[in-house]
Amino acid sequence: MRRAWGWALAVVIVAGVTARGQQDTSTIGVPTVLTPRSAADSVLDARTSAVASQLRCPVCQGLSIQDSPSELAQSMRSLVHDQLAAGKTPDEVKAYFVSKYGEWILLAPKPHGFNLVAYAVPMLVVLGGGCVIVLAVRRWTGGVAHDGVGGAA
Amino acid sequence: MNWRRAGLAALFAVPVIGLFMYGLKQDPREIPSPLPGKPAPLFSLAVFAPGQPPLNRPIGDTVRLADLRGQVVVLNFWASWCMACRDEHMSLSEVAREYAGKRVTFLGSLYQDVSSAGTQWIAQMGGQSYPSVQDPLARTAIDYGVYGVPETYFISVDGRIAHKITGPADPNLVRQVVDSLLAAANIAP
Repeated sequence: MRRAWGWALAVVIVAGVTARGQQDTSTIGVPTVLTPRSAADSVLDARTSAVASQLRCPVCQGLSIQDSPSELAQSMRSLVHDQLAAGKTPDEVKAYFVSKYGEWILLAPKPHGFNLVAYAVPMLVVLGGGCVIVLAVRRWTGGVAHDGVGGAA
Repeated sequence: MNWRRAGLAALFAVPVIGLFMYGLKQDPREIPSPLPGKPAPLFSLAVFAPGQPPLNRPIGDTVRLADLRGQVVVLNFWASWCMACRDEHMSLSEVAREYAGKRVTFLGSLYQDVSSAGTQWIAQMGGQSYPSVQDPLARTAIDYGVYGVPETYFISVDGRIAHKITGPADPNLVRQVVDSLLAAANIAP
C-alpha cells in the first residue's frame, strides 16, 4: 500500500514537471501574428522555429534564439526567416551562424571528437543508475531470501 | 569492503570534480570568435552621425567596406544604452584623430539602437571624431559575430579581420594593432 502511494506521488511529480516545461516553451518567444497569413507563411514560420530552437542566444544563459525575448535573438530569428525564405536549407542557415559565432552557437554540439562525451556520459549514467536500481530492488525483494546478499549490508 | 566502496565512489567523483574545476576556470561570456584571419564581411551602411573634420562624412552617405580596400579599418560596434561604451569613447575618438591623414578609417556602427538616441549620446559625450553608421536589424553585427557591445574589429588592408577586441578598447592596444597592420602592409604608421 505504501509503495502504491509512492508510485502515485512520483507520477504526479513527473506530470507536474512535464506540464511546466510545456507551458514555458509555448508562451515564450512566440511572435504575435496580426495579419492573415497563408499556408506557405505558416510552413516558413514552422521551419524558422525549428532552426531557431537549435541556435543559442548569445546574450542569454542556455536559451535558444527561439525562446529568448532579447533584441539580438529577435534579429537573429528574422535573419533565419529571411535566409530560409531566400531558399537556403536549414543546414546552410546553421552553417552561416557557425561561421560567425563558432560551433558554440549550436545548442546541441555536433556528435564528433570530444563532443561525443556530452552524448555518451548521460547514457552511461542512466545505464549505471539502472544497474544500481536493479541491484537494490533485488536486494530488497526476493534476492534476500535466495542468495542472502541483503544480509551483507 | 569499505575501501572498495570508497574506490568506486572516487571513480565517479574525481572526473565530475575535475569537470567542475575546468568549468570554473572558463569565462562563460567569452565566446571564441572564428572570424580573425577570415575575409571581413562586406557591408554598405548609411552614416547617421557625421563625426568631426577632418574625419567627417555627410549624414546619409553610404560607407562601403569594399571602397576601403587598401586601408586599415577599425570598426567599433556601440550603443547609447551600453555603459562600457562610455569608457572607451573619448580615447577611441582621440586615437582616431591621431591617424587622420593616414590610411586608416575609424567607423562606429550603432548596435540595437535608434539613431536619434545615438546622436544624443554623442552630443552628451562631447562629440565623436569619426563617423557612425546605422545597422538595421543588426545584420552587419550578426555578420561579424557580435554578441555584446562594445566590440572592435580591425580589418587589414587586404580586407581580412585581423584582430578583435571584446569590451572597452584600450587605446594603447588599438595603436599597437593599427601600427602592426600598417607595418605589415609596408605603410609608415
